[in-house]
Formats: sequence, C-alpha cells, structure tokens
Amino acid sequence: MPTALIAEDEPLLAQALQAELARAWPELQVLRTVGDGASAVKAALELVPQLLFFDIRMPGLSGLDAALELADRWPPAHAPQQPFPALVFVTAYDQYAVQAFEAQAVDYLLKPVQPARLQKTVSKLQLALAESARAAPETIANPATDPALEAALSQLRGLLQAHTGMPAQAADAGGTTPLLQVLQVSAGSQIRMVPIEEVLYFEAADKYVRVLTRDREHLLRTALKDLLPQLDPQVFWQVHRGTVVRATAIDTVSRDDAGRLTLSLHNRNDKLAVSRLYAQRFKAM
Amino acid sequence: MPSFFSHAMVLRGLKVLALNTVIAIAITLFDNHSFGLNLVYSHCIGISIWAFIEVFNHFLVDNWQVHVHRLLFIVPVAVVLGYFTGHLLTDLILGTTSFQYWKQTPRMAFGMLFVSLVAGGVISWVFVSREQLAAERQNLEVARRQASEAQLKLLEAQLEPHMLFNTLANLRALIAVDPQRAQTMLDHMIAYLRATLSASRAPSGGNTHTLADEFARLQDYLELMAIRMGPRLQFSLDLPDALRAQPVPPLLLQPLVENSIQHGLEPKVEGGSIRIAASASDGVLKLDVEDTGMGADPAELLPPAPHTTGHGFGLQQVRERLATAFGERGAMILVAAPAGGMSASITFPLKA
Repeated sequence: MPTALIAEDEPLLAQALQAELARAWPELQVLRTVGDGASAVKAALELVPQLLFFDIRMPGLSGLDAALELADRWPPAHAPQQPFPALVFVTAYDQYAVQAFEAQAVDYLLKPVQPARLQKTVSKLQLALAESARAAPETIANPATDPALEAALSQLRGLLQAHTGMPAQAADAGGTTPLLQVLQVSAGSQIRMVPIEEVLYFEAADKYVRVLTRDREHLLRTALKDLLPQLDPQVFWQVHRGTVVRATAIDTVSRDDAGRLTLSLHNRNDKLAVSRLYAQRFKAM
Repeated sequence: MPSFFSHAMVLRGLKVLALNTVIAIAITLFDNHSFGLNLVYSHCIGISIWAFIEVFNHFLVDNWQVHVHRLLFIVPVAVVLGYFTGHLLTDLILGTTSFQYWKQTPRMAFGMLFVSLVAGGVISWVFVSREQLAAERQNLEVARRQASEAQLKLLEAQLEPHMLFNTLANLRALIAVDPQRAQTMLDHMIAYLRATLSASRAPSGGNTHTLADEFARLQDYLELMAIRMGPRLQFSLDLPDALRAQPVPPLLLQPLVENSIQHGLEPKVEGGSIRIAASASDGVLKLDVEDTGMGADPAELLPPAPHTTGHGFGLQQVRERLATAFGERGAMILVAAPAGGMSASITFPLKA
C-alpha cells in the first residue's frame, strides 16, 4: 500500500488535502500530517513514506528547505528498498514554483486543490511509484545512487533557481549586482573593513553570516541569500544551504560510506559538509 | 541648494541678455550716445548686477518660501555693486573713464542708479515668483503621485495574493466540512475586503471612523487568520465601552496587526497570541498591539529606510498617517518584548 506524509501548517487545508486524496486515491495511506518543516523532516526519516506533500510556506523551515534537508539526511541504506520519496509541492500562490515545476515537468499543486487536478497528480505519482519499483533491482548494484533522489534534487535545483532568481550552480558571473570587494563588519562601535580576499568561507547563522578568515571570525548582519548575489560564483562556491566557500581554500574533498562529501580547508581545521544538492560539483577531473 | 550652474540659471542668463539689449535700445532712443556704446554699458552693468544677485542667492537663499525677504537687501546691494562693477568693466573694454561722468552730471548718474535699482528689483521679483510658482506646481505633482503610489501599495499589501488565495482555499475546505462556519468566514472576508477597498480609495488620513469600527475590522481579519492558523493563533481584543465612539483614521492599526501575524506569529512553529487593547489617560488615547511571536530584527525598530519592503512599508505608513492626522501629538513606539515578540503602542490626543 502506498504511503504518504503531508506537511501543511494550516489545519483546514491539511484536512482538505487528506480528504481529497482519500477520494482520488483510496488505497493511499497518509501516515501523518505535520504542521512545520522541521517536523516534516523528522517524520519522513522516521516513517519512510513513499510520497511527500509539502506546503512551500511553513513556519520554521519552508517546504523547500525541508526537502533539501531531507535529501541530505536521507539514509542511502534505504536506497534499494526505499528510494527517496516522490515530492509534490503544494502552494497557495507562488509563480516561481509554478514556473520551476512547469519547466521541470514535475508535480506541484495549487491551493485550493481541485479534484480533477489532484487526479492527474495521483496518476503521475502512481506511474512514478511503479517505475521506481521496476528500477529498484538495478539500483542495488550501486546503492549510493538513488534515481529518485537525483530526480528530486534536480527538481529542487530548478525550484531554487526560480525562487532566488539565481542559478543554484552559480553560472552567471556577469550578474547585474556589483561584486563585493570589502566587507563592512561591525565590531562594537567600530566598523571593520575585511577585504574579500581574506575570506575563506561564509556560514549562515540565523539572521547573521559568520565570516571566517585564516585566523579570525566576524559576524555580518545580513542573510546569506542577500550576500550571495554579491559574490563571484567562480571564486565562492555554495556547498550547502548555509555554507559558501572560497574554491581555492578547499584542500581535499572526502567521501564517507554513505556517499556524503566533506571538505577540509588549507588554512583552517574546519570540516565543511557538502549538501547533496551541490555534490555534483565535485568530480575528479 | 541646487548646484550653482543650473539649467534654470542658464535660462535666466539668456533672459538677462535679452533685457539688457532692450534697455540699450530704449536708452539710445532718449540720449545722444551711439547704440553700440549703450549696448556695451547695458550688458556690462546688467550682467554684473545679475551675477551679484546669483552669487548672493546661492549663498544666502536655501528656500524661497522662507528666505524671500532677503531679496530686500540682496537686490539693492547687488544692484549698487553691479552698477559700479559694470562701469569698471566698460572702462576696461572701451578704455573710457566713466567716473568723469559722476563728477559732471551727478544727478543723472544717481538717476541711472535709481533706474537700475527699480529695474533690478522688478526683474528679480518676476524671476523669483515665476520659479516659485513652477516649483510649487512640481511639488504638488510629486505629492499627488506619492499619494496614489501609497494607496496602491496599501491595497497591494492588504490584498497580498498569498493571503488571498490561502484564505480562499480555507473557505473552500470549510464549505465541504462545515458550511455554517464557511458562511461566517465568508462574512468576515467580505467585511475585510470592503474595509480594505474603501480605505485604499479614501484620501489618506482624510476621514475617520470610530474605534469600535476599527476593532470590528481587526476582528474580521483575526477571525480569518484564526481559521487559517487553527490553534496556533490566539487573540484578544480589549476595547472599553467609554472609548467605542472615539474617532480614529480607518485601518490605522491594521498594518501593525498584519506585521504581528506575518512576521511574528505565522513563522513561529508553535504559534502564539496577539493582544489588541485601547486605553485612555490624561486626555491621551493609547492603542496597543502586542504579540508573542518571533520578535523583531533590531533594524525594524528604527525608522525605516525608504527602500524597505513589506514590513517597513506598513510601519512607515502608520507613522505617516499619524503625522498627517495629529502632527507632533501622535506617536508610535515599537518595543521588542524581553520575552520575545513585539509590542507596538500608538498614542494621540483623546477627542473630548
């Protein structure tokens, strides 16, 4: 029996989606309904559903961020038996999501969910489930690659790109925003000027960004996503939702048994995790 | 202060040159000097006077509305200085000594000075009043454009698509499971939309409604949000009966309540509560909006920068409307509550 998890912060809409799903797909078993992104990640890892219905705008962690986090934490041990769940985003109004999903030909649902439209989604999902069941024996050969996860990641890349108006793989260096040369970091009553050449990596910390140099650490009162367009994508690579690292500062990239990548740097002892979303960047030439 | 060499100044210069020529022609008609000589005198004196006036204006006049009386001494001083400088210039150009002329016919010389004074005064006054008129017209135009922009932004903020479609989606869900509640929700939505649309059409700060109306509209909005957010939102409205008839600018509190919901309570996983209360003491009405939400970024407590979106616009709008309606006697205070959450208080004089 197919299983699903619903993440939706508005109780009535969660209830309505569940009721519509029961009508459109009687065999589907909704394992749990949660109201925020963090709970969605937790519940998905615990229950291992085959389908995820994620609202995009949720408190705490958005549906998009929750999906990214889940992709990072999805245990590859599951891979043969339990591929990464098929993702359906549910959104009230989000032209970017619509664009992205249309381009990626993956599914999204617009609230209020229309029965006829939901029926289409259900057909697509049934097809996807049947296909992944057929493909499962082949993936045993290489448990580190999960085609469902790869598919989900490419959707997420597309969606991220549409959301931020910026390629997730940082391709256009000739952006319109001028590149930062110097960071102005407040230090007590002073403002310290930190040349961009000294920065080894940036790390998001709540509403702040930690700026790490060879021997110092500064705090910037900016969101990482606002800083990103001002960084040269050839010089600074995003390797995680919250980490942007200077490419030349990377010493080695190591892969663990679960297929996860970790970076170590030349001038610092820090280890940086690479999110699966950005892992494709690191391939030996 | 505009830069010294402006487009307007070049235009004034051209007008001065034309006037100087006219004056030279007029003088030639009445005296026995040649037109060429008069033309040189006229331009040298006219340009000198004009130059002095421009220089004085540049350093002494910031704003014509406030400083227009300074023309009373700028013009005479500039005319006298310009008159003599003009003569000196003419002497330099033509190799003459016009100061002979002061000795020979002082009456005539003083007459000419007097004529220059009158002409300088009249011309300056004409220039100033014309430019002032043009500036006023431009200000009015800018103000009108800003007002309509603000109205549009207000409407956009209120009819934010995400809010609208989510509310409709909830309504649709309710119709199936609880038609009675769906109807109630629809009624709140109708009242909310009506208030929003009529407020966006009314002249900003122009009309008022009662505090009871204001609280009823806030209740509509909060009821809608409570259906959407379920148990994550609690709210209370506290309006003493004595204050029900107090007039307030319509939807004054709406942006504060929306901020509390959108930036305080909606993003908070466990949700929270919002409390809206009115109180009065010492002839001052106090309206409080307090939430237990995410709290504020310290930057939001400062007066907003003009480019801030969403959050900043709502607060800026409340500040502007308070200033329009009550001037110095209206105030808004935003405080980050120590336990998290935000607290906003608006105060203005009570209407007796």
